[in-house]
Amino acid sequence: MRVAPSESTAIRTPHPKVPGYVADVAAIETEGLVKVYRSGGDEVRALDGVDLDVQEGTVLGLLGPNGAGKTTTVRILATLLRADAGRATVAGLDVVRDAQAVRRVIGLSGQYAAVDENLTGRENLWMFGRLYRLSSPDARRRADDLLGRFGLEDAADRVAKTYSGGMRRRLDLAAALVGRPELLFLDEPTTGLDPRGRLGMWDVIRDQVREGTTLLLTTQYLEEADELADDIAVVDHGRIIARGTADELKAQVGGERIEVVVRHPDDLRRAVATLAPNGDGTCDRHTRRVTVAARGGAQELVEVVKRLGDASVEVDDVGLRRPTLDDVFLTLTGHVAEDGSTGEDDEDEPDEELAA
Amino acid sequence: MSAFAEAVSDGRVVAWRNLKRIPRIPELAIFAILQSIMFVVLFAFVFGGAIPLPGGGSYKEYLMPGIYIQTLAFASITTAIGMADDMNKGLIDRFRSLPMARSAVLSGRTSADVVYNAGILVVLMLSGLVVGWRVHGTVADFALAILLMLMFTFAMAWIGVLLGLLVKTVENAQQLGFLVIFPLTFISSAFVPVATLPSVLKPIAEWNPVSALVSATRDLFGNPNPYPSGSWPGEHALPLSVAWIIGLLAVFAPLAVRRYRSIER
Repeated sequence: MRVAPSESTAIRTPHPKVPGYVADVAAIETEGLVKVYRSGGDEVRALDGVDLDVQEGTVLGLLGPNGAGKTTTVRILATLLRADAGRATVAGLDVVRDAQAVRRVIGLSGQYAAVDENLTGRENLWMFGRLYRLSSPDARRRADDLLGRFGLEDAADRVAKTYSGGMRRRLDLAAALVGRPELLFLDEPTTGLDPRGRLGMWDVIRDQVREGTTLLLTTQYLEEADELADDIAVVDHGRIIARGTADELKAQVGGERIEVVVRHPDDLRRAVATLAPNGDGTCDRHTRRVTVAARGGAQELVEVVKRLGDASVEVDDVGLRRPTLDDVFLTLTGHVAEDGSTGEDDEDEPDEELAA
Repeated sequence: MSAFAEAVSDGRVVAWRNLKRIPRIPELAIFAILQSIMFVVLFAFVFGGAIPLPGGGSYKEYLMPGIYIQTLAFASITTAIGMADDMNKGLIDRFRSLPMARSAVLSGRTSADVVYNAGILVVLMLSGLVVGWRVHGTVADFALAILLMLMFTFAMAWIGVLLGLLVKTVENAQQLGFLVIFPLTFISSAFVPVATLPSVLKPIAEWNPVSALVSATRDLFGNPNPYPSGSWPGEHALPLSVAWIIGLLAVFAPLAVRRYRSIER
């Protein structure tokens, strides 16, 4: 059964404010994408009218918690999944009608490294090169080139099973690039990586973007979207709830935070009073934590510390913290990011449909 | 390249990948062979003495073609497990996002399985020679028997592919595989003469594709092959085998391809 086109009014995304933005060259365009997963008698609207546009040569970060609809969006754009309603074009090609042509211009790297773990790094890349219809020698050259660029030469002839998490992700990304795609989809490229692995991934992704590849990136981390994306779309419950540059979003959220953890719960009230001139904040009795916006950056932190000292409030911890996805959600929706409303981003996926 | 040439080329790449994996997961092949040898020991030396063949003849010679066909039928469980594993590891998604032929992932898998099982068959036949199995037929008959077995393994691989695409986990692939393949091989003439079976099971065993294949290969190898007189499937084992192989392929290959096309997760 097909679902009727969304009756809910989808929020139109504003025009991207990207430096060097060229009008009318949409690398990705979606309109009213709806996807409903059915499992038993339950229905989950994974996408509830997603409108997106990504201009050629830019990076869009899809930011949201697990189950917000990020992966579903990517899967529809990568021709792996059909939307129940709405339409999507990639490089001007319809993802349903021209699916095979779309596959020729895209590269996909998912959150679960999809390489053959019983083949070596070199064999994996050669195989994908052959499947992109490169000749065998061309596929071999392309594999060597990518292995070099991704720092995998030393591991090239080891089976992928033996790779670290970071190496596997790099190999997976390399596999996505074998066909020199115009458009790259990266679904949570650093989820589960250690900090070093994450920085390594960021570097190779940045290099790729510098070469002019259009990138759609999904992430749960504001910091990652900030690092890599020109433009960020915040996703919640299958809808785009905000769109803008990282700076615009952060300005909306109120920039950095000052966080104070007091030693004695009894001091909380005094700490709140001391911090009150800085504006509204939050206070968590359980963790003895007071958080307020810090518009003046480090200088303001110094003043806050001084005022706390003057008020004889004993503190366990005090510091400046960048806004997180939680802060963005708190500001935009009034609730913190909820994990896994549909479960589509984690292992317990809803039952697949036995589509006819 | 024409679409067909592209599909063949892609299928060869996928087959290459599946063959490349075999020596790297040696436990798969080793367990397949050990399991078959266990059955040989069990039936040839434990139960065999209690199973008289109507019309006489060596039970070991009777048994071995049964073991070969049983092993090839069980190999489809390995196919199902491999397919389920590729799905879970995201490899199928990767293939589906490539501009490759849609049929290649399946045809590459099933054709690689034929090569793999040909290797297993060689090892088993050598083991058969050790326990006393002999070939009495002509070289042409022998070749025909091998061809028949490889075609059978190809058909069974398509069933395995379909099972693998239908289940969600590797464990389920294994369980479902056993549920289908165990009765298929045991309610047959692979281990005991059909005449000894209760009348409810007799027609099932007589018309079973495993029985057809086992009978046909026994006849071609010149091994004892007792069947009730006047039994049509017993007297026409070779054409029945060919019909079964064509029938299984005609049903399960399109079903598997259809399932592959409609994977949506």
